[in-house]
Amino acid sequence: MKTITVRYFAMFREHAGLSTETLSLAAETAADVFAATRERHGSTEPRGHCKVAINDVMVSWDSKVEDGDTVLLFPPVAGG
Amino acid sequence: MLTISSTPIQPDVLRRRLFDPAAGGFCAFEGWVRNENEGHTVLRLEYEAYEPLAVSEADKIFAEAMDRFPYLQALCVHRIGLLEIGDCAVWVGVSSPHRDAAFRACRYIIDEVKVRLPIWKKEHYVDGNSGWVNCERCARAS
Repeated sequence: MKTITVRYFAMFREHAGLSTETLSLAAETAADVFAATRERHGSTEPRGHCKVAINDVMVSWDSKVEDGDTVLLFPPVAGG
Repeated sequence: MLTISSTPIQPDVLRRRLFDPAAGGFCAFEGWVRNENEGHTVLRLEYEAYEPLAVSEADKIFAEAMDRFPYLQALCVHRIGLLEIGDCAVWVGVSSPHRDAAFRACRYIIDEVKVRLPIWKKEHYVDGNSGWVNCERCARAS
């Protein structure tokens, strides 16, 4: 198991009811973290619309997560 | 350079910062809060940004624009917080020796800012409901 800090933004924060939490997960990739949090908080947002960062670096969903990482989950963006 | 601002955008101040003795042209885009989206009457908007990554991703966008349409100076300011109808939500300005690069770089920057930066928009409707707006291009790509 890995200790992963997850940060939620915008719609995800509202769904989760919190902006950050630290979880113990058997996750290998950023996608695994997304799936675990989706199940945990009952989100239905398809992953294809979303973006992810690990430790403040934008990454792809197949990027590996390490023990102690902070994973940032971004719902579909809408600037401008 | 991108700035995230919780106070009103001041286009005249920003415009002066782009002055360059070698500039023969300047182009700006302002995104305003409008009163309707997809059939809903919108009362106001609320923007949220994750500033560290918005700034670093914007740096990449500015570098790409410079590669494609070499310009002299460019700035972008994006608002966060609660905005009313008619408020300026985003401002992009570019100065360049000739007009073509200013127009094209400005267009490139605003188009990429809208789809790449971690910025979110919540619409508050006249019926009391509210909703997060999804990125159109991302939705189409899914």
